Amino acid sequence: MADDSSPRPGTPGRRRFLGYVLAAPTLLVAAQLGVDAADPKSAEASIPSPPEPADLMDLGDALTLAALPTSNLISIRIDSDGTASFAMPRAEVGQGISTAIAMLIAEELDLPLDRVKVTLADARPELVFNQFTGGSNTIRSMYRPVRTAAAIARARLLSAAADRWQVPVSELTARDGVITSRTGRTATYGSLAEEAASARTTAVSARLKERSAFSLVGTPQNRLDARAIVTGAKKFALDLDVCPGAKPAMVRRPPTINGTVDSVANLAAVRAMPGVTDVAVISTGVAVRGETFGQCVDGVRALEVTWHGGSVDGESDDTVLRKLKAATPPLAVPPLPGASLDAEFVFAFASNSALETNNAIADVKPDRAEIWSSLKSPIDAQQMIAGRLGLPQSAVTVHVTEGGGSFGRKLFFDAALEAAEISQKMGKPVKLMWHRTDDFRHGRAHPMCFSRIRATYALGNVVSYEQRHASVATDFSHGLGEALTATAAKLPVGDLGFSETVFELTQSVPYNFGVTTQVLNEVPLKFHTGSMRDVYSPNVVCARELVVDRLAAKMHKDPVAFRRSFLKEDRYRAVLDKVAELGDWGRKMPAGTAQGVAVHTEFKGCTAVLVEIDCRPETTGRKIPDAVTGPRVTKVVMVVDVGLPVNPRGLEAQMIGCVSDGIGLALTESLHISGGLPLEGSWDDFFYTRQWNTPTDVQIVIMPPTTGEPGGAGELGVAGSFAAVACAYARATGTVPASFPINHGTLSFVPLPREPSIPQSPTDGLDHAF
Amino acid sequence: MPQHSFKLNGETVTVEAPDDLRLLWVLRDIIGITGPKYGCGLDVCKACTSHINCKAFNPCSVPVGEFTPTDEITTIEGLADRSTGALHPMQQAWLDLDVAQCGYCQPGQIMAAIAKVRQAKAAGREIGDDDLDEIRNICRCGTYVRIREAIKTAAAKM
Ligand code: FES
Ligand code: FES
Repeated sequence: MADDSSPRPGTPGRRRFLGYVLAAPTLLVAAQLGVDAADPKSAEASIPSPPEPADLMDLGDALTLAALPTSNLISIRIDSDGTASFAMPRAEVGQGISTAIAMLIAEELDLPLDRVKVTLADARPELVFNQFTGGSNTIRSMYRPVRTAAAIARARLLSAAADRWQVPVSELTARDGVITSRTGRTATYGSLAEEAASARTTAVSARLKERSAFSLVGTPQNRLDARAIVTGAKKFALDLDVCPGAKPAMVRRPPTINGTVDSVANLAAVRAMPGVTDVAVISTGVAVRGETFGQCVDGVRALEVTWHGGSVDGESDDTVLRKLKAATPPLAVPPLPGASLDAEFVFAFASNSALETNNAIADVKPDRAEIWSSLKSPIDAQQMIAGRLGLPQSAVTVHVTEGGGSFGRKLFFDAALEAAEISQKMGKPVKLMWHRTDDFRHGRAHPMCFSRIRATYALGNVVSYEQRHASVATDFSHGLGEALTATAAKLPVGDLGFSETVFELTQSVPYNFGVTTQVLNEVPLKFHTGSMRDVYSPNVVCARELVVDRLAAKMHKDPVAFRRSFLKEDRYRAVLDKVAELGDWGRKMPAGTAQGVAVHTEFKGCTAVLVEIDCRPETTGRKIPDAVTGPRVTKVVMVVDVGLPVNPRGLEAQMIGCVSDGIGLALTESLHISGGLPLEGSWDDFFYTRQWNTPTDVQIVIMPPTTGEPGGAGELGVAGSFAAVACAYARATGTVPASFPINHGTLSFVPLPREPSIPQSPTDGLDHAF
Repeated sequence: MPQHSFKLNGETVTVEAPDDLRLLWVLRDIIGITGPKYGCGLDVCKACTSHINCKAFNPCSVPVGEFTPTDEITTIEGLADRSTGALHPMQQAWLDLDVAQCGYCQPGQIMAAIAKVRQAKAAGREIGDDDLDEIRNICRCGTYVRIREAIKTAAAKM
């Protein structure tokens, strides 16, 4: 059968991509995951810095490369109702990838967007490293494969119509899910789906649409699940009614991280409480299963538990900081009097807790298990759960559900593992939900870091730039580590551990600062850590951009002009120029207010952010009950270049979220560690950005396609936003903060008790109705 | 086990539950209404925001025993016009501006937003930035900017 002889726009000689038509009763097409590695870039201006590893190949490339040797097929099915279905081996946690992937399929198939159904695939162990959602890599790794599969499907449908009507394919056109012949005969994709099917699996190739022929990709589209969201119909794991008999369960947790149960004095009494069905001691605490979550709360609180100590009982903010300072790798270049600048910054622990707390449904039987949870590394979860339960991996089915936010949290599967253990111990299915307080105190956090920088300068140039970053160890034991190990030999970073590899692959200085080195060292403390949106970059870049402002001042240059003259690429200068123009850089502002600017490059993309901040007493002194107010970011302009925006509206949404994150990280949001536990236990303790700290004027500007390849987007905007807010704050107050967030030194709330581990719900809700 | 009756999204319901069980769990675990989400159980995150007699409240923090048969409770599921299915202007504005990201907070955001607009209108003014600053609902995806825009857009049509 012809595979791509249909007329379609584009130039001859375009590359063909290989895919398959799979044996199936309806049209089923497939392709392999994987994209090309990036071209090395060259440095141009000032004292050229040799490319750092992240310039040559970044984390997304490495993950993509990891996928290549073992990658298996992703497939698209055309059904007789005219829809195209794709079970995406990735997690949708709000980042909008379902919509963007559906757009790619619709574009290449010439099918209306609302006829594309993207669902989340169960764990597919044969995909090995190819079912991992992280490093802002989804669109980058799927861009060609899904389009290849869709293009093959389109070609097969055209051929089927040609066969049916006995006319050449060149006389047919495909549009909006309908094929039309020159004489006006029409057939829907649905009506052709069976005729286009294949009895055996065949390899075929297809040409993809030229970018100039895109009519959907690159246009702003709303989320496909938007209506389900605003009507309450969208189902997250705990909303699902998929497992008969799965009842609520919650866990009583230790007063310090990783504490374990010594004894429980009143197991029988708690088992007899109204609504409680089961109580079991587990590796992380004591689990209570009941008819309702409210009754689980009562049971959990009533337990009288004696605990063994945890893994970091002696640690508090100050002890951790001491260890980090001691572990900071040495600087190589000696200080030069009058020609060097040293700076140090501390970044507090920060929770990556989503609004949906950790949760999972588990049904463990003696010979098999079934799990439902929002998981970004479901294959790893499947392996670990099977190991914990003593079952073969093939006996564990893992369903990936829609997730209520992730920010790195859902790379781990703490709740899925725990739910499986509880279900096995109780011999009954459970719906496990973590309490909010536990989600902050025992959930994953971005670890505390310390960054030391030395830059030397002479004759109007920056001669060297060294950044030494010490961090409490980030846990990468969720599949990413293995993916990188498998690729290690191909990576331009030599023989490094996982964390150092991630650091090397993500951190690059976009300026020509001469001899440039950035080194990470980790302190292996046993906190519950994990990646948080953009892992190292927010802290590393915030520290760097503050130093860039200081260098500019030393060299009597304007911050924008200074950055401009040292940026390595025209793309970077373009976003900076645009942000300076749109944000009216340099406009006169009242004392106590200021602008700040920052540049960040990563994921084959770049951003420039300009913010205005108000640090005047009448603003910082605003009184809002149970809140921190402080300085207010009043305006944000962000210019973003992702190479090729697939869905500009979705990209803008991601950048708006990144702005909210950056503001929180700079000003308000942190965990205070004391005696082996974070003190934060509620959203009125952990001060993620709220409405009263949201800027009233936010402008996101998306650059037209530059590289022609979609870069990563989900995390790209955090570091620049954080850094710009920090720079603006320093300029408004005249003091460069040495520790973030700036309010971390003051504990602005009364910590909830450690015991019992979760607080009771209030009863006076009606008094606050409005 | 005590029985409790109230109106829920236009229908009278009667449930058996202990008096002190918070309404959120009556809705979610007993009745199966899952639009109101759990985000804290502490009257802080506001993910569970629903309406009682046209005012916003948080069912995670009200014992079911406090409701009477004449109380009208509306969750996000009951917001659209019951006869025509037409969306509430606030829901429509959320669609028009593509506010949601993960969507977990959004049922609560929409219910709070409606109450906030009504509150401002009752006080004889248009909703403004000071009113919006008072909204406590967490959105951990950080959609606040679009939320503000959507509320202003919908307010004009309410
Ligand atoms: S769950 Fe009700 S306010 Fe948070
Ligand atoms: S949209 Fe995800 S928490 Fe608001």
